[in-house]
Amino acid sequence: MLALKAENISKQYRLGQVGTGSLSHDLNRFWHQVRGKEDPYLKIGEANDRTSKGDSDYVWSLRNIDFEIEQGDAVGIIGRNGAGKSTLLKLLSKVTKPTTGKIFTNGRIASLLEVGTGFHPEMTGRENIYLNGAILGMTRKEITRKFDEIVDFSGVERYIDTPVKRYSSGMYVRLAFAVAANLESEILIVDEVLAVGDAEFQKKCLGKMGDVSTGEGRTVLFVSHNLTAVKELCSTGILLDKGNLVYSGDIEQTVIEYQKNSLTKSRYLHEGNLESAIGNENIRVKEFTAVPITGGLIDINSGIRVKIKFFNYKPNINLDVTFELRTFEEVVVFHSGAVISINKDAEAKEYCVEFDISKQYLNAGNYYFKLIFGQDQRYTLFSCDNIIAFEVQNIKLGLNTHVLPGLLRPNLDYKIS
Amino acid sequence: MTEPQQQQWTETIESDHSLFDLKLKQVWKYKDLVYMFVKRDFVSEFKQTILGPIWFFINPIFTTLVYVVVFGNIAGLSTDGAPKVLFYMAGVTLWNYFSACLTKTSSVFRDNAAIFGKVYFPRLVMPLTIVLSNLMRFGVQFLLFLAFLIYYMIKGDVQPNIWILATPFIVILMAAFALGTGMIFSSLTTKYRDLQMLLGFGISLFMYATPVIYPLSSLTGIWKKLALYNPLTGIFECFKYGWLGVGDFSISMLLISSAIILAILGVGTLIFTKVEKGFMDTV
Repeated sequence: MLALKAENISKQYRLGQVGTGSLSHDLNRFWHQVRGKEDPYLKIGEANDRTSKGDSDYVWSLRNIDFEIEQGDAVGIIGRNGAGKSTLLKLLSKVTKPTTGKIFTNGRIASLLEVGTGFHPEMTGRENIYLNGAILGMTRKEITRKFDEIVDFSGVERYIDTPVKRYSSGMYVRLAFAVAANLESEILIVDEVLAVGDAEFQKKCLGKMGDVSTGEGRTVLFVSHNLTAVKELCSTGILLDKGNLVYSGDIEQTVIEYQKNSLTKSRYLHEGNLESAIGNENIRVKEFTAVPITGGLIDINSGIRVKIKFFNYKPNINLDVTFELRTFEEVVVFHSGAVISINKDAEAKEYCVEFDISKQYLNAGNYYFKLIFGQDQRYTLFSCDNIIAFEVQNIKLGLNTHVLPGLLRPNLDYKIS
Repeated sequence: MTEPQQQQWTETIESDHSLFDLKLKQVWKYKDLVYMFVKRDFVSEFKQTILGPIWFFINPIFTTLVYVVVFGNIAGLSTDGAPKVLFYMAGVTLWNYFSACLTKTSSVFRDNAAIFGKVYFPRLVMPLTIVLSNLMRFGVQFLLFLAFLIYYMIKGDVQPNIWILATPFIVILMAAFALGTGMIFSSLTTKYRDLQMLLGFGISLFMYATPVIYPLSSLTGIWKKLALYNPLTGIFECFKYGWLGVGDFSISMLLISSAIILAILGVGTLIFTKVEKGFMDTV
């Protein structure tokens, strides 16, 4: 049985302010509608890339999304900021309508885009449980039946007849989540509300949501940037990027796709034309590569040769270049560099820097480089995130065939006596 | 997996819906929410005030006093022979209810954008809540009016008649009028707020187009005819006729009012349900 099906849904937003400009568009749209023609502004619009300035006033927050969700599935929706996750949740929870397309649902939807919606500070915890429950669609009878469970889950029994404005923020959130978690609905939609409360409570919330999906057979849609939580909780995933559905399927694979997607995969950067190379008025990077020293693939025993060629436009400075190696989980492995000059004698020419990462140093995993060009080892001339990335493969070393934990895989210089 | 043909859907979310799908059934399902909202309004209104609900009384008493002095004594407007205090108090009590409902309803989308943006419930719940919360306030003020009325009855100055039984009906009519108009305004102001400006002073001017501080009988000719098209005219005259036994009232006035109000309520509900799905993007 499907719990939910989205058919070709899109959501368009207009940028800028509401004023006379938008009025002329509205009138034009109305005029098209009167003549029975299609909305002229639906044809235009750009992908939602907030970093670059676009030509159009219209952006597509979501574009032509199709997916199906089985009943009882726990689905993680992941993607970068601005990928359209929250827009999708808003559509699903009927806060706003899709521009085009249809969503079919089977069963009552409870959405938790925020905890404690409608909590009134002057009212007591008890009154707020009823109020919040009613807002989320429960009847008073249902709430009364669940009341003890809610109070128990929240752990604020002692304060239940005190106005919630006297609550600590943690207690407030606990109470709010407790109401939502005990909702009776077939489909539960949760937007990153777990980023609140202390660690113990977060764990409790995750556990509760796990129970909801596996134990009670309800469908859960969960949006979060916390990939660990998503992996723990969800069985399938949906990956969005700039309003498009990039991948949907098994959660492990979705997370991998996300990590790949969010970072460059290439180990090479070659740019023949200096004008179009990555950089700015100070520095242009012509070539940046990471290759195994021994040839073949990069593995834990191959060692890695990193080579960079760049053009420096600023003569007579103290120039240096720093390589910051990070894992795809954003853990910094090292931050180290090459000092090119210390006597203010750097030249306006092409430099080449090469270094090796020795074998049995990095453990298996995905890594990428962040580059920082500096002046006087203090000021940044140019910096750039993830130009190249590489994967270190695991191979059999000694008797061990599995990937070992840890960032490093050093060959210890040990003595046995 | 089940074949799509066999799949049952309980709901479809899409851009447009049929114009006359008012989802009143859903509103009924959320009746407990209306109750909770009304309770919230009532409980929170006078928290941390010393006089508490007494403030409900203070407003109409002072307004009435000012009207008695300004309109009754200085301007010398007629009250059709009814005691000035009662005449103005009747007008003020009714008018307060109407204007409060209309003002609040007309900004319902903007006032509740925070909650509307986070959770779905039939948006119609909010205007209904406003009308009901204010009805409680009206009830309290009405009791005050009754107290004064009894005093004047004992003195023998007023003679209520059978038309007082129409009071619940005309209160509902008035609520419906405020609801309908408010919903139209709120729906039309989600994107362009110009109308909100109009409403701001429009309401206070509209009071003078309604027999609040003067009786209908003091109007003549074209003005009287025009006044009859104001749905509130019949309501105010009926109320005063019933409780104070004065005024120009006929049942046809009430019928005209009912017809106009029903039409406005219908249009308001239609527009409101049309707008409620997408207003979050523009409000």
